[in-house]
Amino acid sequence: MISVEHVYKQYQTRGGMRTVLNDINFELKKGEKVGILGRNGAGKSTLIRLMSGVEPPTSGEIKRSMSISWPLAFSGAFQGSLTGMDNLRFICRIYDVDIDYVKDFTQDFSELGQYLYEPVKRYSSGMKARLAFALSLAVEFDCYLIDEVIAVGDARFSEKCRYELFEKRQDRSIILVSHSPSAMKQYCDNAMVLEAGHLHQFDNMDEAYKYYNAQI
Amino acid sequence: MKALHETSFRESLAIQKRVIGALLMREIITRYGRNNIGFLWLFVEPLMMTLLILMMWKFLRADQLSSLNIVAFTLTGYPMAMMWRNASNRAIGAISANASLLYHRNVRVLDTIFSRVLLEVAGATIAQIVIMALLLAVRWIEWPADIFYMLMAWILMALFALGLGLVICSIAFKFEAFGKLWSTLSFIMLPLSGAFFFVASLPHQAQEYLLWIPMVHGTEMFRQGYFGSSVLTLENPWFLLLCDLVLLFVGLALVAKFSKGVEPQ
Repeated sequence: MISVEHVYKQYQTRGGMRTVLNDINFELKKGEKVGILGRNGAGKSTLIRLMSGVEPPTSGEIKRSMSISWPLAFSGAFQGSLTGMDNLRFICRIYDVDIDYVKDFTQDFSELGQYLYEPVKRYSSGMKARLAFALSLAVEFDCYLIDEVIAVGDARFSEKCRYELFEKRQDRSIILVSHSPSAMKQYCDNAMVLEAGHLHQFDNMDEAYKYYNAQI
Repeated sequence: MKALHETSFRESLAIQKRVIGALLMREIITRYGRNNIGFLWLFVEPLMMTLLILMMWKFLRADQLSSLNIVAFTLTGYPMAMMWRNASNRAIGAISANASLLYHRNVRVLDTIFSRVLLEVAGATIAQIVIMALLLAVRWIEWPADIFYMLMAWILMALFALGLGLVICSIAFKFEAFGKLWSTLSFIMLPLSGAFFFVASLPHQAQEYLLWIPMVHGTEMFRQGYFGSSVLTLENPWFLLLCDLVLLFVGLALVAKFSKGVEPQ
């Protein structure tokens, strides 16, 4: 379970202190798959970064009793001048997993072929997403934090993701940030709306979308 | 895999070891690459610099100025000064080069600086040992008087390099221009570190000021260990240790403070 309790996040900007997250409270149980809706700049990615623990909240607490992936996003997690394979080794060392297994899985899942031996900065965003997914699935987390990347793949890749995440790993939790309603409905059971720093919770996804669409 | 929010000290230590190890490997790959001699550059680089300086002294300045072995004199001063200079300069770029890796929660800002300094110190240490062994083998220098005392001096200066790296990196994070200036500043400071003189051979007034510089004590101590009682040195190891502890404490406090404001990219 992850429990987010009275979390605030403020950033220093030129125009003074800006509150990005304002008293966020929610719980994510094992196996729950929840989407976060919100307009650009609403603080969705910030919330995901706080949940993963790479940034501390300004105040409040996030309790984690399951393992959480790093934020799977278009930027971050890989060192650009290293090859995909070097990044793979780095991640295996950090998370203490078997390099050979992860290598086999990643080669098979990502279908990057020879690109795995090219520097990551030359990858397209789709290739980065495939590498990030392959690695995070191979490392095995209880909860996956996905920031948009799931929606970029082609049909074949999204079918693979669906199989790995929803058939082989039904018991895992997911927090998904996406602007694509079809990805939301495909991967999540419920959604929350982040609006001006406040988080709104709903009984089901349709209500969340109703609220969200009314906002725009 | 464990990533719960509370880990025992032992688990934390294991994670820490893995993270530092992974960062070291990552630094070696981008810095030295996989081609040709790869990570051997780690000490070939300082080795060549030291050899070059040695040659300059041996053949240009000539040995007749004093009875002291000029090769041994250079060897006991210059590489040590390069250690803190390179370590602090490399520390400056640690964060920007690893910003994306901070997306993995166990990788912290301090780890990136620490790994870089560690790599630099390791390179300088290996270079020092290899070059001393080489010169001993060809009889250009004699066996040191007190290796243990030299080792102590080296360790104190390695700690100094770490403390300095942390402080310089913190200042450079706050004031970007300082990071660019430091490579020049540290170069100017090289002669002040005692690499090219014995404090006792300078006028009294100068001695007083010089003995406030921590690096001078490291060099003097190292030379005392090498030359033994044949030279007069004025080091105070306790002063150096105190400076190390102050630098480390200030450095850690600064890093703890500014790393809260570092956003992973």
